[in-house]
Amino acid sequence: MTHTIEFPQSGASRPKAQTMLEVRGLNGWYGESHVLHDVDLTVNKGEVVTLLGRNGAGKTTTLKAIMGLLKSRSGSIQFNGTELIDMPAREIAKLGVGYVPDDRGIFGSLSVMENLLLPPQVAEGGFDLHAIYELFPNLQERLDSYGNKLSGGEQQMLSIARILRTGALFVLMDEPTEGLAPVIIHQIGHTVRRLKKAGFTILLVEQNFHFARKLADRHYIVQEGKVVDQFRNDEIAGNLEKIQGYLGI
Amino acid sequence: MFELLGIPPQALFGQVLLGLINGSFYAVLSLGLAVIFGLLNIINFAHGALYMMGAFVSWMLLTYLGIPFWFALVISPIIVGALGMVIERTMLRPLHELDHLYSLLLTFGLTLVITGVFQNFYGVSGKPYPIPAALSGVMNLGFMFLPIYRGFIIVMAVIVCFATWFLIEKTRLGSYLRAATENPEMVSAFGINVPLLVTLTYGFGVALSAFAGVLAAPVYSVNPVMGNDLIIVVFAVIVIGGMGSIMGAIIGGFSLGLVEGLTKVFYPEASTTIIFIIMALVLLFKPSGIFGREV
Repeated sequence: MTHTIEFPQSGASRPKAQTMLEVRGLNGWYGESHVLHDVDLTVNKGEVVTLLGRNGAGKTTTLKAIMGLLKSRSGSIQFNGTELIDMPAREIAKLGVGYVPDDRGIFGSLSVMENLLLPPQVAEGGFDLHAIYELFPNLQERLDSYGNKLSGGEQQMLSIARILRTGALFVLMDEPTEGLAPVIIHQIGHTVRRLKKAGFTILLVEQNFHFARKLADRHYIVQEGKVVDQFRNDEIAGNLEKIQGYLGI
Repeated sequence: MFELLGIPPQALFGQVLLGLINGSFYAVLSLGLAVIFGLLNIINFAHGALYMMGAFVSWMLLTYLGIPFWFALVISPIIVGALGMVIERTMLRPLHELDHLYSLLLTFGLTLVITGVFQNFYGVSGKPYPIPAALSGVMNLGFMFLPIYRGFIIVMAVIVCFATWFLIEKTRLGSYLRAATENPEMVSAFGINVPLLVTLTYGFGVALSAFAGVLAAPVYSVNPVMGNDLIIVVFAVIVIGGMGSIMGAIIGGFSLGLVEGLTKVFYPEASTTIIFIIMALVLLFKPSGIFGREV
């Protein structure tokens, strides 16, 4: 893979890195059960960062907590210097945080076009429909179909596409490859790279380690609701056994 | 003139017209219930009392302030709709997380309170409301005489039903509403104020019932219990049409009114029970209702 050469993350550029998301001591609960334990993580502007971990490790819950969809949470989540911990999801979205949930969140009773136009614009500079069709040609052919008639891959693309319209430049993406065919996974990988190039910052939850290592700048390992380790992408090769141990692969 | 099964055509057309008028009220009322049930998951038992309030506010506007029917047609739904929004914010919202049964009981209780308050001030006898001058008189359709105001009710009900359908199915606001019905969490994650949407939706559904009340004032007497019998039939209509289904409410409302009218002609003994017989059959063979989605 040579694409990393186009986007150097060398030591020289790192001090300039601007923190976009800073999570400190994040705790979260589902009812009585304490599921996130002092999660710390940082995402810099322009980075693709993954949360890796086994099923049930707390990756999805971490994204939900950041998005404001986990009702009971404490600690600190700063986004561009704004504290999110007490904000409802709708306010967080308006700050320019896009959310692509693990179930894709497509509205089955709405057409593809209606799904696409649903999220209100939160900032200038979002993709126009033309740019979206260019990125996802399949969607253009299915604009009048209802959301529940789409294949899993089409739903995933729609879920990403509708965020791109809003102008949100920070995207929380929850397992975009789950349950999809290799050819679709490849297309989604291509999309994530395009977005990075276009200046998007992405926090990606993944179980597919091979997918993640081709895209991300850094990786956090999540286990039992804690961040237990982290690696830059260039450290992966030297720590492969350790990481495979964490992920059970 | 021809006769059908020994029924004179005047009687037949008369009952068809009455059926369509009743159907107009069923349609507008069940539409409001469907809109509310769709997003809020609340069975709004207070709908009949709010319909009565719509008629009463219209009567008060005329009696105390001299405000005529045409203005009442707009003002009364706004007043009663605003009251609905207050009810949603202060009473229904805290029950949001609980079982349906709580909001059903609350709205049932509200019905008793509202009806009781109006009975206390106005008694049970009806207050007359004149048909607006521009709509009085009859029109000769050739095969029957149509009282103009009754034709007006049907036309207004069709317009309001179509406008509501259009708003929900074809506009951006409507797509928010349908999306929030399906997955409110996701809608809020896009930056849309779902609690506000819920309040406005309840207010809108209530305003529809008040609108029906204003239309009803000149034909039925305005009295505190006028919504009680109607609301039971309207519940049967939405069960038949499919809970929360917009089309089910509209088509179900008009056609069941018509069926009721025809039953009065051909087998009068069954006219008050026919809708409930249909409801029982629908519940037996397609419990989600004719237009309802299978769960």
